[in-house]
Amino acid sequence: MLIGCIYKKHRFRCKAFTLSGFLLGASLGQAAEGPFFVTYTHQMEEPGNLELSLKNITGKPDEGNRFVGGAVEFEYGLKGWWTTELYLDGQGTYNESSLMTGFRWENRFRVLPREHWINPVLYFEYENITGADKSLLEIVNHDGVDDIAVPNAESRAEKKHEIEAKLILGSYYKGWTIAENFIAEKNLGHAPFEFGYAAGVSRPFALAARAERCNFCPENFEAGVEVYGGLGTHRDIGFHGTSQYVAPTLAWTLANGTTFRVSPTFGVTDTSAGFLLRFGVAYEIGQFGRSAGRLFRNFGGR
Amino acid sequence: MKTVLLLGTGLVLLATRTLAGGEAPLELAPPKARGMTNPFAGQERARRAGEKLFRRECAECHGVDAAGGGKAPPLKVPVVTNAPPGAIFWVLRNGSLYRGMPSFAHIPEPQRWQIVTYLRSLAAAR
Repeated sequence: MLIGCIYKKHRFRCKAFTLSGFLLGASLGQAAEGPFFVTYTHQMEEPGNLELSLKNITGKPDEGNRFVGGAVEFEYGLKGWWTTELYLDGQGTYNESSLMTGFRWENRFRVLPREHWINPVLYFEYENITGADKSLLEIVNHDGVDDIAVPNAESRAEKKHEIEAKLILGSYYKGWTIAENFIAEKNLGHAPFEFGYAAGVSRPFALAARAERCNFCPENFEAGVEVYGGLGTHRDIGFHGTSQYVAPTLAWTLANGTTFRVSPTFGVTDTSAGFLLRFGVAYEIGQFGRSAGRLFRNFGGR
Repeated sequence: MKTVLLLGTGLVLLATRTLAGGEAPLELAPPKARGMTNPFAGQERARRAGEKLFRRECAECHGVDAAGGGKAPPLKVPVVTNAPPGAIFWVLRNGSLYRGMPSFAHIPEPQRWQIVTYLRSLAAAR
């Protein structure tokens, strides 16, 4: 629905829907994680919890129309060491169209049972998306501003069935969160292995919590910076001709746990989009699995 | 290649699961961790902050009154409230992943100590 916002005729309905979505989030919200949009930390979803998240991005390539890309994320903690996520992607482009662009299903496995200086997590993802996808949840290979400038009518015809693996390394040090991701992606139909990376560092404004329940306590704000980009393919690995981005990030968590995030993103190479703005909201439903299980058992007993 | 990758992942997960052991999480805390002192011990504001954090991070599994719920054990029991603060802190940091207790290492250290302060105060409240 957020995608429909860019059309004038839908603007009022869209605003109302977005607002109601935020209010609903505020009433259900419990907790959400960190300020990053692209970089994963080693933090896993708590078992039985469901996190709902909207990750949006907007930008205007020089050769194309302004767009809003969005991903709705459902993140569920299956086990303490296993988190699964489903993404539904879509986008809207001024003077073109709005469309769903596909889905992604990912699984993260924490390798070591205890906390160490560096904590590895293995990540596997299957993507079924079209070439019109503009959620830009990761940058690999020579992905660049030219890709997001292609008109929807043309790009939607391209189907992508891809698998992706990431090595996620994460650390917490004196209140700082430090994370590095190494990405390898393979189109199942054709194309070589493609590589990318993401890294981020963040810290809350205060480390100790205040005794009062508050929305504006300094510990509710977390700031950081992400860098990410492509690394070419296995035939020409490196930075040449790739997109590279630097993105300051800010997260604000309300007392009820709902988290708002924003990240102005700056492209630093000729291939990159000059400026992108990411924004999102997340909230967590505690022990969703237990409640859903109870609901089904009650139905089954009748 | 894919088979090797899957097999390797499976072996790593199996090995880590075996290493996790079957002891209660508090008993697994090493002596060095048990000996840590709580910088907020006895501070009322820290206890209140800890209660706030407990309600946000822990109550959904362990219950608002720490009486336990579902598979999560009660925390308002002597084995927890009388445990060395460092042992509780160690469990918060590491969790017990194969028993369903996640790691709370993402919460800054002072906030974890505030939760410890609150949990220890439950002994007096019982």
